[in-house]
Amino acid sequence: MSNLPILSIITFLPLVGVLFILITRGKEETVAATARWVAMITTLVDFGLSLYLWSKFDGTTAAFQFVERSEWLGGGIVYHMGVDGISMLFVVLTAGLMPFCIMASWKSVQKRVAEYMIAFLLLETLMIGVFCALDLLLFYVFFEGGLIPMFLIIGVWGGPRRVYASFKFFLYTLLGSVLMLLAVMAMYLQAGTTDITVLLHTHFSVAMQFWLWLAFFASFAVKLPMWPVHTWLPDAHVEAPTAGSVILAGILLKMGGYGFLRFSLPMFASASETFAPLIFALSVVAVIYTSLVALAQEDAKKLIAYSSVAHMGFVTMGIFSLTQQGVDGGVFQMLSHGVVSAALFLCIGVIYDRMHTREIKAYGGLVERMPLYAACFMVFTLANVGLPGTSGFVGEFLSMLGAFQVNTWVAILAATGVILSAAYMLYLYRQVVFGKLVKPSLQAIQDLSLREVAILAPLVIITILMGVYPKPVFDVTSVSVANLIQEHKTALAMSQTPELAALTAEGGVR
Amino acid sequence: MYAAIVFLPLLGSFVAGVFGRVIGHRASELITTALLFTSLAFSCDAFYNVALLGHSQIVQVAPWIMSGNFAVDWTLRVDTLTAVMLVVVTGVSALVHLYSFGYMHDDPGRWRFFSYLSLFTFAMLMLVTSNNFLQMFFGWEGVGLASYLLIGFWYQKPEACAAAIKAFVVNRVGDFGFALGIFGVFYVFGTLDFNTVFAAAPAMAGKTFVFAGQSVDILTTLCLLLFVGAMGKSAQFLLHTWLPDAMEGPTPVSALIHAATMVTAGVFLVCRCSPLYELAPTALDFVTFIGATTAFFAATVGLFQNDIKRVIAYSTCSQLGYMFAAAGVSDYGGAMFHLFTHAFFKALLFLAAGSVIVAMHHEQDMRRMGGLAKRLPFTWATMLIGNLALTGFGIPFLGIGAAGFYSKDGIINAAFLSHAPMAQYAFWMTLIAAGMTSFYSWRQFIMTFHGRYRGLDHHSHAAADEEPDAAHHHHAPKLEEIHETPLTMLIPLGVLAIGALFAGALFDHLFIGGGAAGFWRGAVAVAAGHGTGEVPAWEELAPFVLTVLGFCVVYYYYIMNPELPAKLAAKRWGIYLFLYNKWYFDELYDFLFVRGAMKIGRMLWKTGDGTLIDGLGPDGVAARVLDATRQAVKLQSGYLYHYAFAMLIGVVALATWFMVAGVTP
Repeated sequence: MSNLPILSIITFLPLVGVLFILITRGKEETVAATARWVAMITTLVDFGLSLYLWSKFDGTTAAFQFVERSEWLGGGIVYHMGVDGISMLFVVLTAGLMPFCIMASWKSVQKRVAEYMIAFLLLETLMIGVFCALDLLLFYVFFEGGLIPMFLIIGVWGGPRRVYASFKFFLYTLLGSVLMLLAVMAMYLQAGTTDITVLLHTHFSVAMQFWLWLAFFASFAVKLPMWPVHTWLPDAHVEAPTAGSVILAGILLKMGGYGFLRFSLPMFASASETFAPLIFALSVVAVIYTSLVALAQEDAKKLIAYSSVAHMGFVTMGIFSLTQQGVDGGVFQMLSHGVVSAALFLCIGVIYDRMHTREIKAYGGLVERMPLYAACFMVFTLANVGLPGTSGFVGEFLSMLGAFQVNTWVAILAATGVILSAAYMLYLYRQVVFGKLVKPSLQAIQDLSLREVAILAPLVIITILMGVYPKPVFDVTSVSVANLIQEHKTALAMSQTPELAALTAEGGVR
Repeated sequence: MYAAIVFLPLLGSFVAGVFGRVIGHRASELITTALLFTSLAFSCDAFYNVALLGHSQIVQVAPWIMSGNFAVDWTLRVDTLTAVMLVVVTGVSALVHLYSFGYMHDDPGRWRFFSYLSLFTFAMLMLVTSNNFLQMFFGWEGVGLASYLLIGFWYQKPEACAAAIKAFVVNRVGDFGFALGIFGVFYVFGTLDFNTVFAAAPAMAGKTFVFAGQSVDILTTLCLLLFVGAMGKSAQFLLHTWLPDAMEGPTPVSALIHAATMVTAGVFLVCRCSPLYELAPTALDFVTFIGATTAFFAATVGLFQNDIKRVIAYSTCSQLGYMFAAAGVSDYGGAMFHLFTHAFFKALLFLAAGSVIVAMHHEQDMRRMGGLAKRLPFTWATMLIGNLALTGFGIPFLGIGAAGFYSKDGIINAAFLSHAPMAQYAFWMTLIAAGMTSFYSWRQFIMTFHGRYRGLDHHSHAAADEEPDAAHHHHAPKLEEIHETPLTMLIPLGVLAIGALFAGALFDHLFIGGGAAGFWRGAVAVAAGHGTGEVPAWEELAPFVLTVLGFCVVYYYYIMNPELPAKLAAKRWGIYLFLYNKWYFDELYDFLFVRGAMKIGRMLWKTGDGTLIDGLGPDGVAARVLDATRQAVKLQSGYLYHYAFAMLIGVVALATWFMVAGVTP
C-alpha cells in the first residue's frame, strides 16, 4: 500500500474544483461555461481515482484499508479515514454518479451555474467523506453537512413548492440529527474516543445499547427513508432538479443503510437483535404500502420516489436478517438502486426538460418519436422491477433469501412487492411510452441527444453487467460482510454473558 | 456446441435489436433466421447424441451469484428432457421466424419483431438448459419479458398494451410462488443445484419445517410453491386469464410463445422436478386437480368463442391442463410426449389461423368468414391435419392415428390406470374435455372454411350485440380477392403438418412406450406404481366415441342448420353467457385486485401519507410551531439557515462539552 493519502485526495479533490470556479471572473456566460467544464473534469478525475482505489483494493481482508490517521481535535477525536469492503464501493458509486449529474445539468440549469456546480462539488466531498470517515465525529460532520448543499440545490434550483419540501426535510432530519448527536456524546463519554475502530470493539451495556440504537435509528430511518418517516422524500424529489434527485436517490438514501451496517449492527449487537422484528415489520410495511401508493401516483417523479422507499425496504430487511445472503443482498441492492433509480430520474429528467411537466397523463406514445429513449427507459424499468439479468434482481433476491431463513412471513410479504412493482412500473411505462402519439404538444418531441445518450448508455451497460456478472462486486464486499456478521455474533454472545463481557470490556478499553 | 445453440439466438437478437435500424429489415430478418436455423441444426445433433445415444452433459459457462454458502453458476445442462425441449423450441422458433417473413412483411417495426423473437428463443433455451433453480428463474422471467414485449408489439393498440401488462403481472403472481419455492429449496437443501437437491430429497421426505407460522411438510410445501409458478406460466385455472388476452400479439408470437414453447415451461418445470414431486403425493394430487380442472374449464369456454385465435388459445389452455393431469398421476413421460406433439399441431393451428387472418386482411371474427376452403386449399388442408391431430383422431385397437391420438389418449389412459386419489377425477374431466375439444375444433374449422362466405354481410344484429367490441370492422375482402398466402408462410405449415401427422406414431415408443426407460434415463422420474396394465375396451373406445359425437353435433348445427347457432345465441341463456364470458373471471379479478389495489393505494396515499403521517408529523408540528412563532417574532430567513444553525449549535455543544470533559480525565 502506497503512502499516498488517496482517500483524502478523493474526498477533497472536488474542493479544488470549487476553488477554480471561485477564482473565475468575467462575463456570466464564460463563468458558467468554465464552471461546467471545471466541474466535469474534476468529477471525472475523481471518478478515475476511485476506480484506481478499486483496482488497489484487497478483497480478501475485512480490515480497513488505505488508512490515514492524524490528530484532529485531540483527546481521542482524530482525523481517521479508511475503507473496507462495505464502504469502498459506495465511494466508487458516489464518484461515478457525479459526472452524470454534471452532464445532466449541462443544459437544464441556466441560472447561477457557478454556484450550482460549487454546491455539487461540495456535496461530493461531503458524501465521499461519509463513506471514508473512521471517526464518529468526522462521520457526523460529513453526514449532516451533506444536507446543506442538498438544501441549497432544492431550495434555489428547485420547483415551485421547494420551500415546503425543504421545510419538511428540515423537520424530519432535525429530529434525527439531534438524537444522533446525543448518542455520539454518550458514546464518547463511555469510550473516551470517537474513533470508530475502537468503538467497534467497545462494549456498551444492554440498556445503553437500547437507547443508542434508537437514537441512531432515528437518524438513519429518516435518511433511508423507512416507513412512516418517508413522506419528505416524494416532496423533496418532486421539487429537486434532476441531478438533485439523482444524488438524493442514488447516494443520500444509502447513507442510512450504510449507517446501520457501520454502527448499529456491530456496535449495538444486542439492541439490533431486539429491534430486528421492528425493522422487519417496518420494511414489510414499506414494501407493500409504498408500492400500493406508487400505483396511485399521477406524477412520474413521485412514482419513482415511492418505489425508492419500497426498494429501501428490501435493504433494511436484508441487512437485519443478519445472514450472509441478506446483508450481501442489502449492500448490493443499495448499489444497484443507486444506479437504477438515478437512471430512472435521469429518464424522467429527459422528458421534463422537453415538456416541463412530470404529469404522467401529459405523455403517451413517445416510442414513435423517441425509440432510443424508449429502449433505455425499458431497461431501467425492468431493473426496477427486479428482472433477472438486471442488477435489481440480485439484490432483491438475496435480501429476500436472507429474510426467508430468519422469518418466512417476512419473505412472503416482501415478495408481494415483486408483483406490485411490476404493476406500477409497467403502468408508468405504458402511459408514458406506449400508445398512440396523439397529444399535439408531443408531435415535435426529439429523441435523445448525443449528450443524453452519453449519460444513459453507460448506465444501461452497468445495469445489465451487474445483473449478469455481479462477481466483481461480491469480490469486494463478501469478506467484509462475513466479518461483520461474525463480529455481530461475537458481540451478541458477549452481551448475553455479562461476566465475560465485563472482562473483555476492561481489557478492551484500558 | 451446446453453448452455440443457446447463444446464437442471443447474438441474432442483439444484432437485429441494436443495429436493426442501420442494417435494415431484410438483413435483420435474414441474420436472425439464419442463426436460428443453425441453432436448430445443432439441436437436432444434440437430440441425436444425448437422447438417442445417451451422452448427457453439463457445460459450465461462468459464475453468477456468490454469497457465502450460496453459489450459483451459469451452466448448460443437456439431458434427454432438455434435448426434447431444445428440438421443440429451436424447431418451432426457426419455422416461426421464417413464417414471419410473410406475416409481418409490411410492418414498419420488423427488425424489432425479429429481435424480440430471437430474444425469446434465447431466454427459453436458458430456461430448458438450466442446471439450477435460479438460472431457470432467469429464463422463466426472460421469456415473460419477451412475451410482454411481443404481446405489446403493436403498442398503438390500447388492448395490446393492456394485455401485455396483464400477462406480465399475472405471471409475476406465479413467480411469487416460484421465488418462495426457490428460497425454500435453498433454506432446506443449502443449494439450488438440481442434482444435489434431487439426491438429498429422499432424506427430507416426511420431515416438516415452519413456513408462514405453520409446521408443514417440507417437500409438499416446496412442490406446491414451485407449482404456483408453473400455474402462472402455463395459464392454469385461476391464473389463466392472461393467455386469451395475449392473442393481441401478432399470430406468429401466439404460435411460438403462447402455444408451443413458453406456456409449456410450467410442464417442463414439474417434469424437471419430478424427483421432488414423486416424494410429495399431496402436491401431485393438487397438480392433477388443477390440470384436470383446467382441461375441462378451458374447453367449456372455448366452445362458443367467435375469435379464431381465442378458440385456439382456450384450446391451448385446455391441452396444458392435460399435460399437468398427466404429470399429476406421475406419467411425466406422457406429459412431455403431449408437450412434444402439441408443439407441432398447436403451432400449426395458430400459423394456419394466421394464414387465414392475413388472407382476410386481418379479420379474426369467424362469423365473418366461411367458405374459404376453395380459396385457401393449402391452408385448409394443413388446418384439417392440425384438427385431426388435436382431436386425437385415430383408429382404436389398431393404434394408427395422428399425433394427439397417441399422446392425448395416452394421458386419458394413464389417468384411468392410476390409483392416485385424484386420478378418477382427472380421467372423467379429460374424457369429457376430449368431446368438447372435438366440438370447438370442428366448429371453428367449419365456420372458417365451409358454408357461406359471410365477410360482406351486414353485421348481423344478433352478432353485434353478442359481442360489442366486434363492432370495429375491418374491411373484409371479396371472396374472389382472397388468395393463398406467400410461400414463406406455407412452408412452415407444411413442415408442421408432417410433424402433426407422424410425430405421435414415430416417438410413441420412446416417450411412453417400451423404450421410455432407455430414452429418459432418469431425466424424469418413473413412479413405481405408475399405471401399467391393460385398459378395458370401453375405456379405449370412449375418447373416440366422444370425439365423433362432438363432430356430429357440429355437423348438425353448423352444416345442416347453419342459422340455428346464431338464433340460440340470441336467446342468451344463462349457461351460454356464463361460458361466453369465460366464467366471469376477468370481471371478478378486475373488481377484486385491479380496482381494489388502486383504491387502497389512493387511500394510503391521501389518508395514510397525507392526513395521518404528514398531519400528525411535519405539517402538524409545523402548524403548531408556526402558531407559536407568530406570537413571538416574524420569521425572517429561509428554513435552511435554521438547519445550519441547529447543526452549528450541535457542534458547539459537543466541542464545549469536550473541552469541559477534556480537563477531567
